[in-house]
Amino acid sequence: MLRVENLTVKVKGKTILRNVSFELDKGENILLMGPNASGKTSLVQAILGNPNYKIIEGKIYFEDKDITHLPMEERVKLGISASFQFPPKLKGIKLRKIVEEILKRRGAINVEQEIERLSNLLRMNYLLDRDLNVGFSGGEVRRAELMLLIAQNPKLILIDEIDSGVDVENIAVIGKALNEILSKQNRASLVVSHTGFIARYIKFNRACVLVNGKIMCWGEPSIILKTILEHGFDKCIKCKRGGT
Amino acid sequence: MKEELEKQLEKIKRKAKHALSKKAAYGPDIDLTLYIKSRGEAVKLEDYEEKLMNVGIELSSKSRAASYFQVDNIALNTYSSTDEIELTSLSTAIRENEDLILNYYWKAVPVDLDKYTAIAELAGGEGYVIVAHKDARIKRPIQTCLLLHKPKLIQAPHNIIVAEENSEIHIVTGCLTSLGAEGLHAGVTEIYVKKNATVTYTMIHNWSRKIHVRPRTAAIVENGGKLILHYINMSPIASLQSYPKIELIGAESKAYTSSILIGRESSLLDLGSCIILSGERTSGEVVSRIIATDSSKVISRAKLVGEARNVKGHIECSGLLLTNKAKITTIPELEAKVSELQLTHEAAVGRISEEEVIYLMARGFTRREAESMIVRGFMEVSIKDLPNSLIKRIQKVLDLVAEKL
Repeated sequence: MLRVENLTVKVKGKTILRNVSFELDKGENILLMGPNASGKTSLVQAILGNPNYKIIEGKIYFEDKDITHLPMEERVKLGISASFQFPPKLKGIKLRKIVEEILKRRGAINVEQEIERLSNLLRMNYLLDRDLNVGFSGGEVRRAELMLLIAQNPKLILIDEIDSGVDVENIAVIGKALNEILSKQNRASLVVSHTGFIARYIKFNRACVLVNGKIMCWGEPSIILKTILEHGFDKCIKCKRGGT
Repeated sequence: MKEELEKQLEKIKRKAKHALSKKAAYGPDIDLTLYIKSRGEAVKLEDYEEKLMNVGIELSSKSRAASYFQVDNIALNTYSSTDEIELTSLSTAIRENEDLILNYYWKAVPVDLDKYTAIAELAGGEGYVIVAHKDARIKRPIQTCLLLHKPKLIQAPHNIIVAEENSEIHIVTGCLTSLGAEGLHAGVTEIYVKKNATVTYTMIHNWSRKIHVRPRTAAIVENGGKLILHYINMSPIASLQSYPKIELIGAESKAYTSSILIGRESSLLDLGSCIILSGERTSGEVVSRIIATDSSKVISRAKLVGEARNVKGHIECSGLLLTNKAKITTIPELEAKVSELQLTHEAAVGRISEEEVIYLMARGFTRREAESMIVRGFMEVSIKDLPNSLIKRIQKVLDLVAEKL
């Protein structure tokens, strides 16, 4: 579904990602780990097409179409969607309004019912009539992100640190909701997490570690997780197997 | 007419004549001789039903407690569904209600404030008078509509609102024009909120690009009274200048004003609120949202004067600049005359956040849709104490405004 070839990305003039390559198949879920500032968010945003993340070299293909220079809007239309680690606070814009507009745009049949279902799934009922992210707790911001993403019903799901700064109960809710959309046919996901907590709820096919803008290692998620939990990211840096 | 009233009215007229060339403190000066003094022309309001709706006016008056319609300087009709409130035209009140005129006519706004109050006295002669009797609690809105129709006319309504003790009323005033031509609107509104009474006053303006507007509003609020003013202007306008003054003379009285100012084309807007906290433990809040686009210039003023102990006041002003040619100036003033009080202000002027636009685009909205959502969200201020139907109406007005930007 997604093919990233030799991707180099600059943010504000600084190179953040270097020659990143990988493929993601339909039905596959990849866990992307890495220490802070390793370039995880940049990878997500570059695939999404955020104009602040400039692709200097390399290609991105989505469903065999070259989307390297496709504007973000077009990519979103094709079915790529990301949850943001730090979404903005939108004063005066109610969560309900955004979900409603997203659902209408994608032609959902029963908008009201779908809002109800999604807010039950993510326990968002009491937040529907609040301005998005204004005064939301960490967990509430994450749940709202996931709610909007699921409302978009994307094929390629990019998740950025949805489990950081969130208590166990919230992770369970998030994990369950994420599973629901991932279990639908013809989806694929790239899930960024520096803690790996979300792995308790999602069945990942592969995991990789990004350090200093490069993918250092690929492997079995449980092994990579265990190694990182025991030895930190240092081990990955020293290991230097890279890309295998 | 009794002698006392006659004498007072003569005195007022004299004062007005002396003030006819007195320039206003703010706003571009208007040469009054370029405009016509006349009663104007009656029109069929049915022809303007949709325009009326856009400023919150319901032609059928079905869901309204009372209605007043004025075209130019002619009171077309008044209607009231309850005797808990009185709604009459000013000319009727002058003929039939001597006490009211003696007590309230030009008592909150001085007739010689400037040339616009003077011309209102000399060229107007009409307006609405609303009296809510003691303990009247009227949830349905009272609507008043002022339509400027005749080209070059000075429309100068003088309105008086008296909310007697423990009453509660909600007034929505829609001001609009059918004109593409020049015109001047110089309206006077005096509001008297008695002990423990509540008045909400929502003014929606929809003028046009050649009209100058100079409303003169003042209110006096007694013990435990509450006054809430909401102002929205929707359309391009030649110039608008207004600086309503609210005096909280009674202990524990409250005032809240919110203004949503939309500067479009080459509009010149200079609007503010002044709250004088002279009663003990009074509180006042001035909130404004300014959106300036095209080459409009918007000045937003706000002034809080703390004269008594334990008063609280806050000014909150936010501006959104949509083009490089537009300009926003905010002028908040805090004046403390005693030490034990709390007066604060915050102001911010900026552009649409690119981060927010990108975020919404990532959620599937076009740039235009994202910007329009952000602008609409920006206009969302707390609309306090209004009946639901009116809140919905205001939401629709704002939706309409956001669409046009």
